[in-house]
Amino acid sequence: MDLVNVQVNGVWHKFPKGTRMIEACRQVGALVPHYCYHPKLTSPGNCRMCLVEMGMPPRPTPGQEPEKDEFGMAKIGWMPRPVIACANTVAEGQGIRTEGKLSEECRKGVMELLLINHPLDCPICDQAGECRLQEFSVEHGNGESHFREEKVKKPKNVDIGPRIRLDDERCIMCSRCIRFTAEIADDPVLGFTERGSYTTLAVHPGKRLENNYSLNTVDICPVGALTSNDFRFQMRVWFLKETKSLCTKCGRGCNIEISSRQNEVYRQTPRENNDVNSTWMCDQGRLDFHFVNSDYRLTQPLVKKSNGHHPTTWKLAVNQVAEALRSVKASEIAVIASGRMTNEELYLTHALVKSAGIENYDVVPRTGGGDDYLRADDQNPNSNGVRAIWGTEPGAKLPQIIAGINSGAIKVVLALGENLIKAGLEKAALEKLTFLASSHILANATAELSHVVLPAASYAEKRGSMINVTGRLQRLSKAVNSPGEARDDWEILRDIILAYAGSNGIHSVEDVFKRMAGDVEIFSGLTLARIGELGVQVMETGEKVPLLERERERKAKGIIVG
Amino acid sequence: MATVVVQRPKLKWHEKWFISTLAKGLLITLGHAIAILRGKKKVTMQYPEEKWDANLPDHYRGAPALVTDEHGRERCVSCQLCEFICPPRAITIIPEEIPSTDPWAKVEKRPRLFNIDMIRCIYCGMCEEVCPEQAIFLRKDYAITGLSRAEMVHDKTKLYEIGGVREGLVNKWNELK
Repeated sequence: MDLVNVQVNGVWHKFPKGTRMIEACRQVGALVPHYCYHPKLTSPGNCRMCLVEMGMPPRPTPGQEPEKDEFGMAKIGWMPRPVIACANTVAEGQGIRTEGKLSEECRKGVMELLLINHPLDCPICDQAGECRLQEFSVEHGNGESHFREEKVKKPKNVDIGPRIRLDDERCIMCSRCIRFTAEIADDPVLGFTERGSYTTLAVHPGKRLENNYSLNTVDICPVGALTSNDFRFQMRVWFLKETKSLCTKCGRGCNIEISSRQNEVYRQTPRENNDVNSTWMCDQGRLDFHFVNSDYRLTQPLVKKSNGHHPTTWKLAVNQVAEALRSVKASEIAVIASGRMTNEELYLTHALVKSAGIENYDVVPRTGGGDDYLRADDQNPNSNGVRAIWGTEPGAKLPQIIAGINSGAIKVVLALGENLIKAGLEKAALEKLTFLASSHILANATAELSHVVLPAASYAEKRGSMINVTGRLQRLSKAVNSPGEARDDWEILRDIILAYAGSNGIHSVEDVFKRMAGDVEIFSGLTLARIGELGVQVMETGEKVPLLERERERKAKGIIVG
Repeated sequence: MATVVVQRPKLKWHEKWFISTLAKGLLITLGHAIAILRGKKKVTMQYPEEKWDANLPDHYRGAPALVTDEHGRERCVSCQLCEFICPPRAITIIPEEIPSTDPWAKVEKRPRLFNIDMIRCIYCGMCEEVCPEQAIFLRKDYAITGLSRAEMVHDKTKLYEIGGVREGLVNKWNELK
């Protein structure tokens, strides 16, 4: 790799040729404030916030020896005007000053101009607390504005799409959203109209910003111009606790942050992982958390009596399940698990079916809905976990199990996290069963038919690991507590195993992983902690992420920083 | 170390035994008692019947309350800064969007629920200080009583009732926006 010598704030460093000045400065800890620059998008350089002082060694006249500084490098001739750090690349012998009078005055001036028409409605703005304009105004702005004229009025509270609200007065014309919709989402519906201080962000007449990746524009908007309808006025961001976790909507396993306060989830935002989702995620996955706070959550173990379901204790419920498993032959039992379970839960399920000698076990496959960006065709987040831990293909035994239940050959069914009615079973067939136990997050039709209902935890309430469609082992983290007496699935399974087969020495989810790492080869040498925040590659599936492929291509061409 | 020589007063024996000092004190008390009995002086107030409210200083910090402006608009826009700053966490706010039919729809946001738990409140005045909309003020009400914990929680209605209308405040929402 070609390296060039660059002086940043008086210290010489080496950077690969072609590095943007802003990235070079960032790498050595000199953060340059910016609005329009985003490493995953092109750099138009229109916000002018990243202006820095730049200089090159002057070209010597023929026969003249270049002057040297105390480090033996050619002396820099500083330019009298600033340059933007985001779209310029470093060069041999270059000098950059991010501090100093020139760049500081520039930032002050840019801040003042950006704030001229800003409505200063921070008290009602959802972006307040994570707003770049607020942050840089404190760092680089003036306390007061010199502007004494009337502010330009622009459209406020504009409905530009089903999930997004636009406030044009807050917009600072950085064009990040325009570039995102054009370059990443291939749905160029946004653009600027008017000129000068009347420049207005608008959606193309007759069109709406409604693609499945539209909410990413809210994330990249440095101010409160684009805000999410779903999160609108729900909670101020400074109250939120952020937990690094995974999206479980599809097999992609996008890395996310779950924002919660006082045991309630308020929003999910993508987290950068350049091997999985870059810095984006789809709207479907992002908004699929409301069931966590739902009123239909199961909060107590229930047993069915002649007059409906009644609350019971965990011990009685689990014992009843274990007894039912013992009461019939192993060939008359079926376990229908879920591809939404974590590796740990799948492992314990496997341990249970092995100790009972059950042959009829499978997960319910879900496919369809994949797109050319991030969404995977496999709608289960952990199908590869099933393949790795069980060694079976998801859905291979399911038709046979369904036939068994319909014919009456299977008498006892344990359903883990799956609504069997949706999996292709008839209500009448389930009513014929001598015993049906199920664990669910929400009350549903299968729970209604179950003899024992076990309340389970949602993805935001548990720790564990999953393998995504590209074979990457990633980690879920616990953001909120489960409601009522609902429990982690792995605890439910451990208790069933305990009641069925006796002690097993498993006390924590780490123990489960440790046990699993000993049994499953691809996990050997790993622990839950070693998976890390970005995951580790454990399988080769040959699946490519279309969005990432395009991004890598653009990066190779030098269009984006990546 | 520097030594400081303290000059102690030279006390007489009756002073050391508190005889003359006690007598002095009793004389003062007796003087007040006589003055009060002759109706020349008033020292104590009969609290619940008599109150000193008229003499409370302007900076007195009583119960926090929400105010409306001269147009009858509730000034609070539910930014939740007071909830954030409140040291004993006495304030709970749930925001909501102002419906587009409301004359003040341009303000966009208002509290759906605004509760101050007066058992928790320590009358520090931070909420008033932090409020960017001049919507919450500490009034002079100090006798906050109730028969249950629930009664001690001031809800939005109660807060506006205590707060009343405040005129002449900075009002950025009045401009032609």
